[in-house]
Amino acid sequence: MRARATSAIVPLLLAACAVFLLVGSLQSALFAQLTVSGLANGGIYASLAVALVLIYRATQVINFAQGALATFATYVAWQLIAWNITYWLAFVLTLGCAFVGGIVVERVAIRPAGRRGSVLSIVIASIGVLILVEGSIPLIWGTDVRFFPSAFPARTIHIGGVAFQLQDLGTIGVSVAAVILLSVLFRFTKLGLAMRAAAFRPEAARLVGVRVGWMLSIGWGLASALGAVAGMMAAPSPSVLLQPSMMDGILIYAFAAAVLGGLESPAGAVVGGLAIGALLNLLGSYVGWITPQLLLPAAFLLMLAVLLVKPSGLFGRTSVRRV
Amino acid sequence: MAPLLALHDVEARYGPVRALHGVSLTVGEGEIVAILGANGAGKTTTLRAVSGTVRRDGRIELAGRPLSGRGPEAVARLGVAHVPEGRGTFAELTVWENLRLGAITRRGSLDGDLKRVLSFFPWLDGRRGQQAGTLSGGEQQMLALARAMMQRPRLLMVDEPSLGLAPLVVAEIFRILRDLNDREGTTVLLVEQNARNSLALAARAYVLETGRVAFSGPSVELVRHEAIRRSYLGY
Amino acid sequence: MRASTALRLSVVGAVALAIALMPFVLSDYNRSQGARVAVFFIAILGLNIVTGYTGQISIGHGAFMALGGYTTAILTHSHGWSTLPTLPVAAAVGFGAGIVVGLPALRFHGVYLALTTFAVALAVPQLATNYSHFTGGVEGLPLPTHTGLWLYGLGWSAAAVVFVCAWLLLRGRTGRAFRAVRDSEVAAASAGVSLAVHKTLAFGVSAAIAGVAGSVYVLTNNFVNPDIFGLTLSLYILIGAVVGGLGSLWGVLVGACFVQLLPIGISNSHTVSAQSVPVIFGAMVILVMALLPRGAAEALLVTAGLPKRLRRVHSSPTPQRLEAQ
Repeated sequence: MRARATSAIVPLLLAACAVFLLVGSLQSALFAQLTVSGLANGGIYASLAVALVLIYRATQVINFAQGALATFATYVAWQLIAWNITYWLAFVLTLGCAFVGGIVVERVAIRPAGRRGSVLSIVIASIGVLILVEGSIPLIWGTDVRFFPSAFPARTIHIGGVAFQLQDLGTIGVSVAAVILLSVLFRFTKLGLAMRAAAFRPEAARLVGVRVGWMLSIGWGLASALGAVAGMMAAPSPSVLLQPSMMDGILIYAFAAAVLGGLESPAGAVVGGLAIGALLNLLGSYVGWITPQLLLPAAFLLMLAVLLVKPSGLFGRTSVRRV
Repeated sequence: MAPLLALHDVEARYGPVRALHGVSLTVGEGEIVAILGANGAGKTTTLRAVSGTVRRDGRIELAGRPLSGRGPEAVARLGVAHVPEGRGTFAELTVWENLRLGAITRRGSLDGDLKRVLSFFPWLDGRRGQQAGTLSGGEQQMLALARAMMQRPRLLMVDEPSLGLAPLVVAEIFRILRDLNDREGTTVLLVEQNARNSLALAARAYVLETGRVAFSGPSVELVRHEAIRRSYLGY
Repeated sequence: MRASTALRLSVVGAVALAIALMPFVLSDYNRSQGARVAVFFIAILGLNIVTGYTGQISIGHGAFMALGGYTTAILTHSHGWSTLPTLPVAAAVGFGAGIVVGLPALRFHGVYLALTTFAVALAVPQLATNYSHFTGGVEGLPLPTHTGLWLYGLGWSAAAVVFVCAWLLLRGRTGRAFRAVRDSEVAAASAGVSLAVHKTLAFGVSAAIAGVAGSVYVLTNNFVNPDIFGLTLSLYILIGAVVGGLGSLWGVLVGACFVQLLPIGISNSHTVSAQSVPVIFGAMVILVMALLPRGAAEALLVTAGLPKRLRRVHSSPTPQRLEAQ
């Protein structure tokens, strides 16, 4: 009886959220603008969250280095642009580098740790990668904070009489497009099927000839590339800027989004990310005592609340572990 | 004629525990061979040794090519289809995706293979979109066989297909195995506890006891030998 | 007393003596660095209780240190307390916070706990910045100054007290219960070990210890502000615990020396840039995870030829049978 009640709550909650955002936007121009810019942040959280879910689904490991890898990729992009390569070409090249980087990290740092120990060892190894990668950035590029150009010109677009930033709309578009592309890969291609099989049942997958080890590495590569998208979308924002610790806070929001969605569901991570982005932005503006510093703790408390009520996340399946 | 599969003095272990103490057997092309024995005799381990899912020593050859030292992915690509204990179906994926995974290592169109496979399991056609985990035990077993067939295997290894299934379903599965062997000439290596059905299906059989081959020979002889039947085959 | 116990105690005694005598050969600056090593010793010991002994991952111990540190700072600065009495208060505050975190943590496992503690580690400095009325915000609060020798003495006395308390706690029933929880929760619960009580208790004790570490930390620093309790601190404590060896008390000393002294060695050597410290740390963690899952302490002691019984001040991290109670 209780299970049925909670499974009805989730879609109701989401519908209520969506209605709230829609009605508010129709009522107030400010609300609409805050929602859209919040969704833009949410798109960034969602991209990183999907990257986390990708890896978690296959390995039961949370990659703590996901943010740092994204930051590194963004610096690579910055470097390419500084060498006078056009933005979108640099974007694509960076995705390629991030993909390769992810594969290298998995093979060199993660695989050896997994061989010896438990999930804990792999998590700690990923923390080692976090420290190493974030620490290597100042060595290569120095400690100055840099500006990263946006993919979109700083124009405003008028929809229904309300002015929106093109950058925000563009960010939402790029994030959603990236996630959709990944979805298509997983659902409709042979590679995607092999990867899903390797993630769900590695032993059975081996018996059909799937090279499970490579599937894992490619998974890390794709997650890394997705993180790079998040990084390149986040860096232009004046509250973020290109610096080594750029993605630390965003990683928390991505965790919250992934957890909200139930760590195994990419769709949940997307919805979670967008929701967190929009709601936090609105909270920050409309509720006076919530200063920018309190947003992170607020997201954390939200994550905690969800975990306490429904440990498997909003979209996850509950697995009973009673003693 | 050289056998399709040959094992010479194969040993296998799970960590420090030795499960096989020097097993030798052969399977000829086009044959159906059964491996029988009590629980813990090493039947499943023998199949695992061939497919490379357990640590093993000794010589294993498929049509003369050594399998020892190769992992399961490589062995599968050489033409060995292993339907493990518990079926190994991908419960989270659909029937169609399960079948497709059988041919995942090959390029080109699957239509021909699909038609072939559906001729043995016509009921699968209407269930393509169904999640494999929601199929009944017998249906999952047949899906596993179908998927193995999609691999166009030179050697089909099936581990305890009758486990947990009703006698009627078991009879159906054995009929399909016979059909496969007749129509397609698929070589089958079958591990079973159900000795009676297996000896009716297989031409030859090996009886294992605590990791060694205790008896072997044509099925007709094993059936006639009462002492063996009583002590090892349970009937 | 068995021979092996006597041997163990004499090794511990020898090390303790060395630590006690060291400040007399060190400069004043180096003495306060030695005090810093004590800080990490205490913090890593605390982390070990939660992660090494009960198997719950925590990447947020810097937050508990922050609570202890701010307690000391606020009491001495705003309320005129003298330094020493603030330490037990810091421990109590830490204990309370540990229970508060530990209770919901019961419902999480492995990854979720790591996530939550990671978030806590990032959230606490933000909170400290925000509630500047208490905490002095970004500028922070000043602390009473002490000589290097005093700090060294305080740090290592606290370390000794904490060590002895932990040792006593862990060798008894509670310790066995902790290890049982780490090795198999299901088995432990079936044997009547209350999971809730022991896991939460572990968190409480661990956080109390971290609180004490935080107090000494801010004293060695002479001031407190949110920056010194950033994510880096929590990560370094974890690194120290991991490199030293989870579940190993020797490892705590090795880890603390590693985390505090390596950066100093590097900046003193002038050959390698100080900025490469994180890179080296990260690489070390990866290497240790790949090659030495039991930690460097174990490996060092093996190469030193110490027999197995001496290498362990407590029992091993490998799965053990439950002892009959």
